[in-house]
Amino acid sequence: MTQPNAAGATRRQRYEAAQRRRAALIAATSTALVAAAIVTLVPMTPGWEKVQRSFFNYDTLVLTFPKLLEAFTINVMIFAWSAPAIAVLGLLIALARDTKSPALFPLRIFGAAFTDVFRGVPVILTVYLIGFGIPGLGLPRPWNSPYIWGSLALILTYSAYVAEIFRSGIDSVHHSQRAAALSLGLTERQVTRDVVLPQAIRNVVPAQMNMLIALQKDVSLLSFIGPVEVFRQAGVFKSLLADFTPYVGAAIIFLVVTVPATRYADYLMARQRRDRR
Amino acid sequence: MAKLKLRGVIKRFGDVTVCDGIDLDVAEGEMVCLIGASGGGKSTLLRCINLLEQIEDGAIFLDGEDVSVPGLDPQRVRSRIGMVFQSYNLFPHMTAIENAMLAPRRVRGLSRDALRPEIEALFTRFGLADRMEKYPDQLSGGQQQRVAIVRALAMKPEVMLFDEITSALDPQLVGEVLDVLLQLKSEGMTMLLATHEMEFARQAADKVCFLRDGKIIEEGPPAVVFGAPQRAETRAFLKRALK
Repeated sequence: MTQPNAAGATRRQRYEAAQRRRAALIAATSTALVAAAIVTLVPMTPGWEKVQRSFFNYDTLVLTFPKLLEAFTINVMIFAWSAPAIAVLGLLIALARDTKSPALFPLRIFGAAFTDVFRGVPVILTVYLIGFGIPGLGLPRPWNSPYIWGSLALILTYSAYVAEIFRSGIDSVHHSQRAAALSLGLTERQVTRDVVLPQAIRNVVPAQMNMLIALQKDVSLLSFIGPVEVFRQAGVFKSLLADFTPYVGAAIIFLVVTVPATRYADYLMARQRRDRR
Repeated sequence: MAKLKLRGVIKRFGDVTVCDGIDLDVAEGEMVCLIGASGGGKSTLLRCINLLEQIEDGAIFLDGEDVSVPGLDPQRVRSRIGMVFQSYNLFPHMTAIENAMLAPRRVRGLSRDALRPEIEALFTRFGLADRMEKYPDQLSGGQQQRVAIVRALAMKPEVMLFDEITSALDPQLVGEVLDVLLQLKSEGMTMLLATHEMEFARQAADKVCFLRDGKIIEEGPPAVVFGAPQRAETRAFLKRALK
């Protein structure tokens, strides 16, 4: 039996409070040790001075950062029109792969082939093949723009992944939901649209958030076929100033966007796990 | 003529025969209870009647029309037969009233505004008027199951099937759901139940059927089946079930 002491805490509560204090102390000590080691050891490396000058040059950062930010708007633009297209195409492919009608058999085959191909090829390769290949057909302006075909490469690749996530979401809706909806006299189509999809989509929001974050980063791959987005812009500055600091600047810009987004996706994921319990 | 008539219904899952030649008549306004151990085929039989499962052989008649013809459009039949499940199966992303309005909106093609008065009346009739705007996870098990019944009734079914609808409920919530069944019976609904509530079946059913290994091996008025069972298997089951 636990006896409340003067403070009103039980034996168990006092024990756990002590454990927590101990854990916090250990964590703080080990963090301080690691930080101290980095701060003292890294500057002792032979190349430190040079690295500091060419990667962490404050003046260069201040000089180039506004231009980098400007270039980043191109990333945002490409992201902004690709993401909705990916969501729609991904969902359509997921639905195509789950159809049962014999008339739609070709669609099912196409959906399977599509996901196999675009998940099986490295993104950069798809960007090259589509981004250089299709304008190579000699299309007139503006149809030879790398923005269009580069975006298409991203859209195709990401749709393949997003479609698979949607499919797993559809599978995650318990079959009893479908039975209940059918028993009310709804058609298969109505059941999918009104009962299964809304739940499926909600179930995969955190996973799709992670795809969006990955997409945001992969937009930079388009720099290899032309668009001067933030990574390419940083490269231009590097050549111009013989200084790698602009790359660090670009990384900072990415982190400012992706870290909150990642935290938010993790939060959604944790909340979902809690709800499922 | 029986409202619902089953003749020689056979259902197999692979090598297992779950329903093995079932004959059953449910008259208009009658409440028939299927009893028997789990795995006896009660639930599967109900799912077959609602065409959620396809039967291998035999026939199911609704108002004299064979609804088990292969290739028949199941939607039309299902909208005439309501079904309530053990695990409620409410749609978690919709409020109670949206749950109840979905099928009438889609199948009967009515607007929310046109439906609202009759659906609200249903909720009121079953004491759920103050729960209409709640989501399923904000309701108790008993309330969820009553909403599931309202959802099925919203399609104005001619027959209602109940698949062990109190089995997932805490004992103190069973009563409110069984009361709904009594209310429906008094209003003349034709009902077929799979149930483990022996006391309820004894008091409320017009006919009780004891299923074992996919066959109805004894049936009759509850007074006879419970009071003077003819078969040794029935006696053994009741002895265990009524303990």
